[in-house]
Amino acid sequence: MGILETHDATKRFGGLVAVDKVNIDIAERSIYSIIGPNGAGKTTLFNCITCFYTADEGEILLDGHPIQYLSPDRVAHKGIARTYQNIRLFSNMTVIENIMVGMHIHTHYGYLDALLRSPRKKKEDAKSVAEAQRLLNFIDLTGKGDLFAKNLPYGEQRRLEIARALALRPKVLLLDEPTAGMNPIETENTMHFIRRLRDELGITILLIEHDMKVVMGISEMITVMDFGKVIAKGTPDEIKANPRVIEAYLGHGAAEAAA
Amino acid sequence: MENRHFWQSEVMNFGWLAGILVVLLALVGMVVSFSQRGFISGVMSEGQLLIFLTVALIGFVAGKKMERQSVLKVALWGGIIGFVAGLSLIVLVLLTGIKPLNLRSMFLNASPQLVKVLTFGKGQGAGFLYLLLLNILSGIFGGLAAVIPGIWGSGLANSALITILIGLLTDIWKTFLPRGVAKFFFANKGFNVTGFLITFFFILAFLLFWSLYGARIKVSYGNVASRQPKKVKITWWVISLVVLLLLPRLVGSYLSEVLDLVGIYIIMGLGLNIVVGFAGLLDLGYVAFFAIGAYTMGVFTSPELGLFHLTFWETLPLSILFAVLAGVLLGIPVLGMRGDYLAIVTMGFGEIIRLLVLSDALKPILGGAQGLVGIARPTVGHIVVKNPPQFYYLILAGIFIAWYVASALKDSKLGRAWMALREDEDVAQAMGINLVSIKLLAFATGAALSGLSGAIFAAKLNSMVPHSFTILISIYVLSLIIVGGVGSLPGVVVGALALIGTPELLREFAEYRMMIYGAVLVGMMLYKPEGLWPEPARRRELHGEEGKSAVTASTAPVQMSEEA
Repeated sequence: MGILETHDATKRFGGLVAVDKVNIDIAERSIYSIIGPNGAGKTTLFNCITCFYTADEGEILLDGHPIQYLSPDRVAHKGIARTYQNIRLFSNMTVIENIMVGMHIHTHYGYLDALLRSPRKKKEDAKSVAEAQRLLNFIDLTGKGDLFAKNLPYGEQRRLEIARALALRPKVLLLDEPTAGMNPIETENTMHFIRRLRDELGITILLIEHDMKVVMGISEMITVMDFGKVIAKGTPDEIKANPRVIEAYLGHGAAEAAA
Repeated sequence: MENRHFWQSEVMNFGWLAGILVVLLALVGMVVSFSQRGFISGVMSEGQLLIFLTVALIGFVAGKKMERQSVLKVALWGGIIGFVAGLSLIVLVLLTGIKPLNLRSMFLNASPQLVKVLTFGKGQGAGFLYLLLLNILSGIFGGLAAVIPGIWGSGLANSALITILIGLLTDIWKTFLPRGVAKFFFANKGFNVTGFLITFFFILAFLLFWSLYGARIKVSYGNVASRQPKKVKITWWVISLVVLLLLPRLVGSYLSEVLDLVGIYIIMGLGLNIVVGFAGLLDLGYVAFFAIGAYTMGVFTSPELGLFHLTFWETLPLSILFAVLAGVLLGIPVLGMRGDYLAIVTMGFGEIIRLLVLSDALKPILGGAQGLVGIARPTVGHIVVKNPPQFYYLILAGIFIAWYVASALKDSKLGRAWMALREDEDVAQAMGINLVSIKLLAFATGAALSGLSGAIFAAKLNSMVPHSFTILISIYVLSLIIVGGVGSLPGVVVGALALIGTPELLREFAEYRMMIYGAVLVGMMLYKPEGLWPEPARRRELHGEEGKSAVTASTAPVQMSEEA
């Protein structure tokens, strides 16, 4: 049993079944990828796991406990953090503020502490600033803490979004197309960075990705989705050889030719 | 382009615009009603100033559009714009003279009074010449101010504006300048000629001086400030505190009254700024909490109702408490709403509260349409706070509290959570932020400050009627936040002084308040969207940050070549 599982997770929008009885089982400290053509339901699955959508049927288990009926903020408390396909930073806040918002749940003081500027509030805030600085170092943005998030170059915005998610100290990190729009060198760096997240911080990574080089390069397990359904599952080598995957990606003829 | 007639050219567009604007200003009655006061005594009234200022403004905008052109050409353009505006006014005057047309039956303000103002009381011949000439000069002035590079251009524009501002507020200076000095600068109404010239050239000279030495002064001040930051900061605090404490003594009773009103709006503004500025929740029913604070004060202290006999200080916490409860009560049903929907619902809430206090059914408790009288005055020791200068100190204390609350919360995890909510609600929630609690905290805190403000307001007036709590109050408060700079604390003060203080000082403005608000808000959105005193971060973001301008400069040619 893995750290994150879905059992027959299903999400419908009217007549459209966006996620159709999906089962995945992610081992702790692994890098797990979900691939599939556009509109396959990958991001919807992410939204179900983070409870932004409530799954219509099935179960989503974190550490064996069902989470599908929680609110998104409770899920964040339980240890799931995510990034977005189209970067969604708090663009009119500074880099360091973005990370500190991520630390919200680990900053322990209340309304009155804030109002009275109590010693506890000062101590906790100092702690989060220090930790935010550490995260800035980790993503190579040292010294850029006071810039507005929206003024960072694209690649750095991607990294900042990951850092903001890391600030939650998640058990599982969901990355939605982390290398979208990157050149080969940036992509290479990002792959290396994702591996570090797992190796150094011990975080389980669930990844949506289109770049096959990335997927095959860093994943331990892959699930392939098409029209909301899981059509294949396995290690990178198994997936590469699977005719159904080739068909979904390249069309019927290509699958026959490969066979 | 070649086919276009001169009358359709760009300069003429500006000309027509200026012409239409000044004619409209004349026809809505602003020109006449402003003319009750002089700007330069015997030379120009405020009504006439309004026309020339408008023309100069259009000239300025036109000048800005043709920055690369020669100065001569811009002057010519300004002249043409002024000429067209002047001509339009002359036509207007001539039209009012045609009896069968009877312009006045349609436009009430096309009166003989207007004709007199527009022709400077000199009859049609000389008056028209005067009008035309001054319009042309204004147009040229505006155009030149826009294109002359460096300090001279901006100096001209700024010193003209500052001088006008000083002239408009003549009455204030008269109250605390020594008699002799006041007499030297000011006539009965407005500047006298020498006063005007000296003020204008003094300000111009000062601006030139500042452009030459300002940088050096700033550096040496910066050196001192960085060497002894604490001392400098304390000095500033002490100076501002002394000025603030002495203010009512300096300005007298009438201006204290104005300051009191501004202060009441500042407290409200600081509260609404938490809701709208920090958390991004557009609340148009903010007056409701003000009313609840005021009515709590009234109901619990007014002997007329005879329900309770509490003192001001005993009731004050209740006012705040009830406002907070109402804030939470309003907050709960609107938790799931965003943007426009939230605005509409909160607006409705504001109206509900107003109608409740107005209703006959609740008359025994709330006083109905007649309102309440005999509301308790606050007492401090043995002193009963009752006149405007005394209330000033009470309100000042309220402002300090509101300021402290707003700044403490802003710089905390709650403040950051509010900002995150404003930026992207979904992502904020995914960061583990409980939206329900932070939204309610925003509504409650904002309501508390509004309730505080309302309680002071009720005690100050001593009596009140439901009509004091119309939706206009909500709109004023929201406008002052926008004008000052959304999310900025000093911005609230500046916005309140500009939008609440100015109309009180210039009663003629008050009549056209909503029109001026509208124009000011549109102007702000176009030319200074971040507000008059934005928070430093915001200032960096919207204007001239070095990194950003460098980026746009380097990408601009690329885009152009792509288009080509």
